[in-house]
Amino acid sequence: MNALRLYGRYIATSIRSQRQYPASLITTSIGAFAATITDFVGIWALFARFRRLEGWAFGEVALLYGVVSVSFALADSLTRGFDVFGEQFVKTGDFDRVLVRPRSAVLQLLGYELRLTRIGRLAQGAFAWGVGAHLSGVEWSPASWAVLAFAVAGGIALFSGILMVQATLAFWTVESLEVANTLTYGGIEAGQYPLDVYARWFRNFLVFVVPIGCISYFPVSVVLGRVNALPYAFAPAFGFVFLGIALRIWTFGVRHYTSTGS
Amino acid sequence: MSGRGSHALTPYVAVVRARFGVLLQYRAAAIAGFVTQCWWGGIKVMVLTAFFAASAGAPMTLPQAIDYVWLGQALFTMLPWSGDPDVARMVRTGDVAYERLRPLDTYAFWYSRAVARRTANPALRALPMLLTAGVLLRVVGWSAYALRAPAGVAASLLFVASIALVIALSAAVSALIDALTVATLSDRGVTVLVSPLVIVLSGSLVPLPLFPDWLQPILRNQPFAGLMDTPFRIYTGNLAAGGAVFALARQAIWVVVLVLLGRVVMARVMSRLQTQGG
Repeated sequence: MNALRLYGRYIATSIRSQRQYPASLITTSIGAFAATITDFVGIWALFARFRRLEGWAFGEVALLYGVVSVSFALADSLTRGFDVFGEQFVKTGDFDRVLVRPRSAVLQLLGYELRLTRIGRLAQGAFAWGVGAHLSGVEWSPASWAVLAFAVAGGIALFSGILMVQATLAFWTVESLEVANTLTYGGIEAGQYPLDVYARWFRNFLVFVVPIGCISYFPVSVVLGRVNALPYAFAPAFGFVFLGIALRIWTFGVRHYTSTGS
Repeated sequence: MSGRGSHALTPYVAVVRARFGVLLQYRAAAIAGFVTQCWWGGIKVMVLTAFFAASAGAPMTLPQAIDYVWLGQALFTMLPWSGDPDVARMVRTGDVAYERLRPLDTYAFWYSRAVARRTANPALRALPMLLTAGVLLRVVGWSAYALRAPAGVAASLLFVASIALVIALSAAVSALIDALTVATLSDRGVTVLVSPLVIVLSGSLVPLPLFPDWLQPILRNQPFAGLMDTPFRIYTGNLAAGGAVFALARQAIWVVVLVLLGRVVMARVMSRLQTQGG
């Protein structure tokens, strides 16, 4: 069985198991929607008061927020295995079993679970995206669809990379540390506003170190016609570069893995 | 002999070392939490600064809004966004029945536990955050972003009184969540409903005065404003002395209302308590 088909099997199993508790699935999804839509309410309130932010209108920032939210919701849904890696695999010693199977650890962890409840976050991101597109009057040419689709792909790669680095830390700390939350949830928080808002050093951090600006700010600016330079549309490629580096770090961590022995 | 002795001690040494490691984990978690709070606060301060630069006429000044944000970061663990995890566990296992056997008033018992929880956590977390926002930012030259001292002596005293009412109010909401947890047999539903409300309506998300003017009458009079907005506006001087006393009274009224409501819910729930077993 090739890797892709095996992954398909993993995901089918995961979906079937989550469907065993439909009520829990629905309430948790609604909860995720309610908890995450608050951020959008906050943005709305500030724009209702101040009207503009560094030349950006509400609709434009809503589109920015939508792109970041949708990317993160998808990444978060796909990488559950890395998210709980410390608790579920290192602490219990279960990672030993992952390693003896004749398949890559990354594939097995990606197949650990496809979290359906993330549809709550996805839905509010899509909602913000729709509001933003409507208010800012984006012309939906195939080109702008392509730019934003690439942005979301880059965003999934970036956020997955962050979660992978977090998982790698667990090789040394055993339990998952929540430090990465600063970069994931904090990254969404930072990425939902235009970069112009931030101090220069922080802006550079969001472009060159953890390139959240590259997967949201640059492509959205292109779609909104705020910049005319096409190369910015390719900025989300840095999300894939980040993922590549994260995979390197992960491999390094796996080589240094010592079992907890339980 | 000595060899055997050290052998016998080995497991205990191992336990101590393991336990020590676990405690270090907690410290690491606390530091991680602190870093997160700083990150969040920093972003909020920068965003608000940019918003204020664009237009005038907000019902609070930028320094007031910045103080509001840092206080919110320092005291966010006072917010009652979930009930008591132990109560939720007891409901799940059915142990909640034992709570009825204690020679105590269950509501008062759970309320007291909530008071402890809403005091201990912020006490540990607030100081580093206040020092960072108030002192460190000044030292490194970011005075514009720093937390300032309270607006005056009267403001300080009223602020302390208001924080005491925050604890009373927060515990009342927590105890109400606990009672509803027993009623619905799970903490899930209640938390899903209450926590976004608390985050938005307390001012933790965006300072309440910055919401649109037409919402202000509602925002000012709802109970969750007493969890953050009231003390913070007193601290920053956004609420003058007369308004502050009025706001304290409003906090106190909500404490009474929510305690009574909690007691009613608790009495009804406990009179036909359903215990999960096994």
